[in-house]
Amino acid sequence: MNKFAIIGTGPAGIEAAATLAAHHNEVDIYEQENAPLGNIRDKAFLFPNFADADEVAGRLLARLDHPLIHLYTDKGIDQLEETPDGGWSVNGNTYSRVLLATGYRTFDAGRKEELGYGIYRGIRSSLEMEQMLREQKITNANGDKPQRIVFLQCVGSRDEKTGNLYCSKLCCVTAVKQAIETRKLLPDAEIFIFYMDLRMWGQHYEELYRQAQQEYGIRFVRGRISEAGGTYDGRVQIKSEDTLMGLPLKITTDLLVLMVGMEPSEGTRRLAGQCHICGDYGFAQSIDPHTDDNRTAHRGLYVAGACKRPMTLTDAIADGRSAAVVMLAEG
Amino acid sequence: MFSLFVIPFCIGVVLLFAISAMKYVRWIRQFDKRQQVVIRHNIWSWRFLPAIWEAFREGLLHWRITRHHFLLGYMHRSLAFGWFLLIVVGAVQAILACPDGHPFYVAIFFNFFEPRSEHIVAFARSQTYAHVMDALLLYVLSGLTLAAFKKVWSRPLGMRQTTRHNLVDRVAKFCLWCIFPLRLLAEGATSAIYHNGGFLVTSLGSLMNAMGLDNEIFEYHLWVLYSLALGAFFTLMPFTRYMHIFTEVFLIYFRRLGLHDTARKDGYTLFELSACSRCGICIDGCPISNPLGINNIQGVYLLQNIRNKDLWKQSVNIAENCLVCGRCSTDCPVQIDLETIRRQVRSKDKAPIDKASGYQYLKSVHAFNAVGRVGYFGGCMSHLTPGITEAMEAIFRAAGQDYWYMDKERTICCGRPLLQQGFLQQAEELRHRNSELIARSGVTMLITSCPICYQSFTKEYHLNIPVMHHSEYIARMLQEGRIHAERSALRVTYHDPCELGRGCGIYTPPREVIQAAATLVPTRHEQEQSLCCGINLGNTVISNGQQGMIRDRAYQNLTEPKPDMVATACPMCKKALARGGETPVRDIAEIIAAQLTPAQ
Repeated sequence: MNKFAIIGTGPAGIEAAATLAAHHNEVDIYEQENAPLGNIRDKAFLFPNFADADEVAGRLLARLDHPLIHLYTDKGIDQLEETPDGGWSVNGNTYSRVLLATGYRTFDAGRKEELGYGIYRGIRSSLEMEQMLREQKITNANGDKPQRIVFLQCVGSRDEKTGNLYCSKLCCVTAVKQAIETRKLLPDAEIFIFYMDLRMWGQHYEELYRQAQQEYGIRFVRGRISEAGGTYDGRVQIKSEDTLMGLPLKITTDLLVLMVGMEPSEGTRRLAGQCHICGDYGFAQSIDPHTDDNRTAHRGLYVAGACKRPMTLTDAIADGRSAAVVMLAEG
Repeated sequence: MFSLFVIPFCIGVVLLFAISAMKYVRWIRQFDKRQQVVIRHNIWSWRFLPAIWEAFREGLLHWRITRHHFLLGYMHRSLAFGWFLLIVVGAVQAILACPDGHPFYVAIFFNFFEPRSEHIVAFARSQTYAHVMDALLLYVLSGLTLAAFKKVWSRPLGMRQTTRHNLVDRVAKFCLWCIFPLRLLAEGATSAIYHNGGFLVTSLGSLMNAMGLDNEIFEYHLWVLYSLALGAFFTLMPFTRYMHIFTEVFLIYFRRLGLHDTARKDGYTLFELSACSRCGICIDGCPISNPLGINNIQGVYLLQNIRNKDLWKQSVNIAENCLVCGRCSTDCPVQIDLETIRRQVRSKDKAPIDKASGYQYLKSVHAFNAVGRVGYFGGCMSHLTPGITEAMEAIFRAAGQDYWYMDKERTICCGRPLLQQGFLQQAEELRHRNSELIARSGVTMLITSCPICYQSFTKEYHLNIPVMHHSEYIARMLQEGRIHAERSALRVTYHDPCELGRGCGIYTPPREVIQAAATLVPTRHEQEQSLCCGINLGNTVISNGQQGMIRDRAYQNLTEPKPDMVATACPMCKKALARGGETPVRDIAEIIAAQLTPAQ
């Protein structure tokens, strides 16, 4: 019987572990934090169906509840290398196969200083917005109810200046989701979304976008924001251009929410680098994105989930399962 | 005293002086009116004295090149100063030997005409002179050997890249390189017959005798070749880089008189173009050359192309691909104002001002009654790095300074980015409105956070109030005890912004500021040698990736001592370097603002 190691307890790692265990394999799954699913537990609701994030996380966690799965939390990976007999050694334990499911981190908005994140209190990242939505309490810099809220897309994605040329894929729909949730909490506020173009590619995304305009009165402005500054009363002044009207634009808002993109996590960067499977931007690289997307250049080392590229929860779960199947098929 | 072989030399000398004189007269006529007034005003002053000293120091001793690299300086000096002494001592020797007068070429071919045979009276100490002449010839030949060595391997002479010369230059160089060995051989042959000359020539003569050569035939032919080499070199000189030999002296003189480059190419520029010796020192320091490996746009090639008028279009392409970091002007041993010449080529002063749409907003920006306060001009780039403007406001508050943040709401650019792109009229438009606003507000001083604006306000505006970069202002506030900073344990390296350092010569104040709040760690490339951050509004040609390569080099230099933080004093450098890696990059204002303590 083979013994498998999975690094990372995101949706991909958990789904892979459950699939492998269901086929009677012993699985050790490692997590550097003190609990799994860090990137879901900090969300309020999930797009496109506004599912309760905690409930989804609970269902995923339940899949780990299997006698053949051993979860090790607070266990960062100090050592990962191929053994001479073709197996893999992880933190001194030997396994026949290893799955890298080390996931993503969000872009640090402070790196785009012109957007004022970390300098003006009225400017939040989409993660902080999600936190406010979890608490069902949205406040401006002074702790009051905001009158106007602006969401800005593509912060750290599709941006030559930060070096991230790729689309993070899920910020478009996340902003629409957050805007609708905000509307539910603040019926009277003005809500804007500044975008380059909206990529509503998934099931129900387009419908959500239409609803946002028709039912929730959310206004969409095509244009990036060039700079954001603070005003004396703790609000945020934004300079932009409405590229459909061809006019420069300057508005003041209570809250500016920066939709931060996805980047490879620290663990992904380090381990992919160490194993020489580093692809573009520090993401891990599979053999072929179409036909061989879970195996890597190393025998016995597999990759799944958002450590390869930006992925939604749905995609990551499917990819974890697919990786498990490939691992099983190779014996 | 005449022999047919002196004819090529004489023709060369006549052509050299005739053509050079014609060119100089033509250029002097092209000085613009203001420059002519300056010349007329200053021509009878004592300014020619320092000019003579500088011409001697730079034209003959090559002081600046020596400071750049000793061996390279030696090479240039031995050729210039050595040859100069050879001519001067030779002339003295000829005068002593022929007290009754002699044609001018005798000094050059002295050993041929005065081989000290029995019927010519040897003058006093003639043997000493012969030794001195030999020593000088050896000196020149040592430089020539170095020059030949440099052609094969230039690294030991402090040059990674050398200039690619055009055909005429190469031919002239070949002639120049032939002159001195031919002289040695010719004198050696004469010595073989007449047993004259100093230690070097005599030895060579003995050797030639020992080899059993027919020196009678050889001698004349060698002198012919020597004369031909001289004649060819002198004829080519006005059309090649060797025109710099005389032109540099004129340039130094005009510069001392108070002339400088203007917005348009004029007589002064023509002197500068020809004063460039194409030594190629400007290539190595250029960030476009290292690390990008583009080696055809540096100052030397720009000037060469402008001189060669057919290549004007190419000059424009060359002029556009430059970061205007000023490193070449700093390194240039002739101190040619390469930045201004680039701007002349970039000039798009025929581009009309689109007043209908573009400049209407200027009227809607209004001055504020700020009499007695200082004006703070953040600058466009500081608006993209709000950490800096916030820090400055905190410092103003701590210093109890009344200030007017003049571009907080509505910004008018200082105009320098347009100027660097050659839009002279448009830049003037912005400068005009800004000057009006500053004058009307009644501020007593202008402080800016951006070195680009600082350079613009100090050099291109004519404000009648002092202008300070925030590094100077903070340093003064710390000195006067108006703000206090607590020293932290941080180890910080400092990046000299091009516009502030080489552009305005401000190196010390930012370092003082850092030392008040942290420990300053030195890096390998500092001050005048500092590296460009890769972003400059002056360059619209290179790609983002190429900018990144230039930045990486600067970033690597700054993070080599493993500092906790990289400091700089320019919003654009801050933005560029912050993309370089994980080490935090802060402006000096932010570093001080974080360490401000109330007065004790």
